[in-house]
Amino acid sequence: MNHLDSKFGEYGGMYVPELLIPALDQLEQAFIDAQNDPSFVEEFNGLLKDYAGRPTSMTLTKNLVSNPKVKLYLKREDLLHGGAHKTNQVLGQAILTKRMGKTEVIAETGAGQHGVATALACALMGLKARIYMGAKDVERQAPNVFRMRLMGAEVIPVNAGSGTLKDAVNEAMRDWSATYDKAHYLLGTAAGPHPFPTIVREFHRMIGEETRAQIMEKEGRLPDAVVACVGGGSNAIGMFADFIDEPKVRLVGVEPAGKGIHTPDHGAAICTGSKGVLHGAYSYIMQDNDGQIEESYSVSAGLDYPAVGPQHAHLHDIGRAEYAAVTDDEALNAFQLLARKEGIIPALESSHALAHALNMADEAEEETIIVVNLSGRGDKDLTHVYNILGEQE
Amino acid sequence: MSRYNNMFERLNKDNQGAFVPFVMLGDPDKETSFNIIKTLVESGADALELGIPYSDPIADGPTIQKASIRALNNKITPSDCFAVIKQIRELFPDVPIGLLLYSNLVIKKGLSEFYQAANAAGVDSILIADVPLREAQRFIDIAKGNNIDQILIAPPNASDETLAEIGQKSSGYTYLLGRAGVTGAETAATIPADELIAKLTQYQVAPPLLGFGISKPEQVSEAIAAGAAGAISGSATVNIIEQNLENPSKMLEQLASFVADMKAATHK
Repeated sequence: MNHLDSKFGEYGGMYVPELLIPALDQLEQAFIDAQNDPSFVEEFNGLLKDYAGRPTSMTLTKNLVSNPKVKLYLKREDLLHGGAHKTNQVLGQAILTKRMGKTEVIAETGAGQHGVATALACALMGLKARIYMGAKDVERQAPNVFRMRLMGAEVIPVNAGSGTLKDAVNEAMRDWSATYDKAHYLLGTAAGPHPFPTIVREFHRMIGEETRAQIMEKEGRLPDAVVACVGGGSNAIGMFADFIDEPKVRLVGVEPAGKGIHTPDHGAAICTGSKGVLHGAYSYIMQDNDGQIEESYSVSAGLDYPAVGPQHAHLHDIGRAEYAAVTDDEALNAFQLLARKEGIIPALESSHALAHALNMADEAEEETIIVVNLSGRGDKDLTHVYNILGEQE
Repeated sequence: MSRYNNMFERLNKDNQGAFVPFVMLGDPDKETSFNIIKTLVESGADALELGIPYSDPIADGPTIQKASIRALNNKITPSDCFAVIKQIRELFPDVPIGLLLYSNLVIKKGLSEFYQAANAAGVDSILIADVPLREAQRFIDIAKGNNIDQILIAPPNASDETLAEIGQKSSGYTYLLGRAGVTGAETAATIPADELIAKLTQYQVAPPLLGFGISKPEQVSEAIAAGAAGAISGSATVNIIEQNLENPSKMLEQLASFVADMKAATHK
């Protein structure tokens, strides 16, 4: 039986083959033991500070917002080593891997960001990484494939299914069901079967904790809203976790509306509202009338996932967090605006959060403090955006 | 008496184990699928294990994934699958029919509705590959109310606690995993150790059928000699379909001789 709650309301759970239950139980136990072990906390915090560069700074935008009543801050996860928030939790899981006596790591990646994060953590910790990546993504994301290989990871193209992220997850789970004795599955977002959503949240919760301390120092009060993009939902849950019990702080998640949520081309699982099981958890997912999983779409590969972490589904249902959706075009616009006005090139993922925060800023009638989680930097997106803007001209 | 109980009783009397082939419903299309399943039974299959194609089959290796994709490409839906099962049930009133599928297909339709439809089509048991014991209770409850056996999986790494729970909750048969990993003929099953069989007996689980990595008659004999009530062969059966897609009559001939050979190996 589980020691931690495996569900968030009706969501979450462990919808996996019976074979994987012992491995998930072992992981849960290792996580609990680590949380109670000062030497784990010391090692994790040491790596976050000296290797990854925490705490990340918080920047008040100077020119971006025209409404004088609004202060818009950016939590600068883009400055973290690796270029995105993902480094936080891979370091935590890499330490857990060693504590479980395992020597290999399996991971999935879409655009390659989680793959790169996994590769760097495994290089650092002396673990052998193999990373499943959709064959189409391997082609589209050649620089990230090279990064992973430079850091010693094996990248395995997945041809099955649609050859994208969800198929890479399937393949990683298949691998794990044969190799759990010596391999840890280092899942990349706050989704999947218990205990992953809880572990990933806890290993990202310093985002919100630092935000709280920094805004108290600068403003002497909590923000009115924190805003983060949601694919699987890891950076958002990391930002939200420390504010869930602060009812005056609005928690705003922003999903990818792609070409529009009324078209088939989007990745807005919560906003389109259909429940089911994908990759081990019951949550909001994208599916047809028979329950076959549909392909998601977004200009931003990191948000291109047809499900969402189960805690977000729960926060949505109980009304504690609100979820909006932003189109490709709105995100691209915010991407360029932040570069032009503030000299910061954000990831396309984070540009979704920013676009929605700018709408909130325009509409604000009272003094308002908003913090956007700038979850990653946009270097990885330059070619992609260059090609899109070139086409539009 | 359920069809499974009748089958095991008959086989015991005849000093045989069960041979149970698995195929994907609707692979490669509805009509061929019906002919395939009919051939399996006529060639000696004691029971049937039938899949409903699903987009994201995490417990399946490449062979069965491809079968799903072939069927989905032909727009096969769960209701098409139930239609094929109905035809088979009319033809063979006594053969136990098991469904093997993934949870989202059941959850999307609604548990009650799905199990009712399965019962109406003539299904005897349902095994959901991604519903472990820990999530199984609500499925077991609905299954009971609809005259269906919920099949539980005993993995090679199962703890005593898990086996004891399977003992309390299993009916129909128990799916005994021959090894870790996913479905596929590439990696052979390990014949269960005496110790595991002894535990299954001790905890009184429903009769164990060994599956995962069974592709040869020798493995069937060994599994039965070791104490399994029979063997399930999926990927090896589906491989024959895949290799003969262009020639359906040759496909059926090869399936017939494969099943006959595997069935012959169940004689103790």
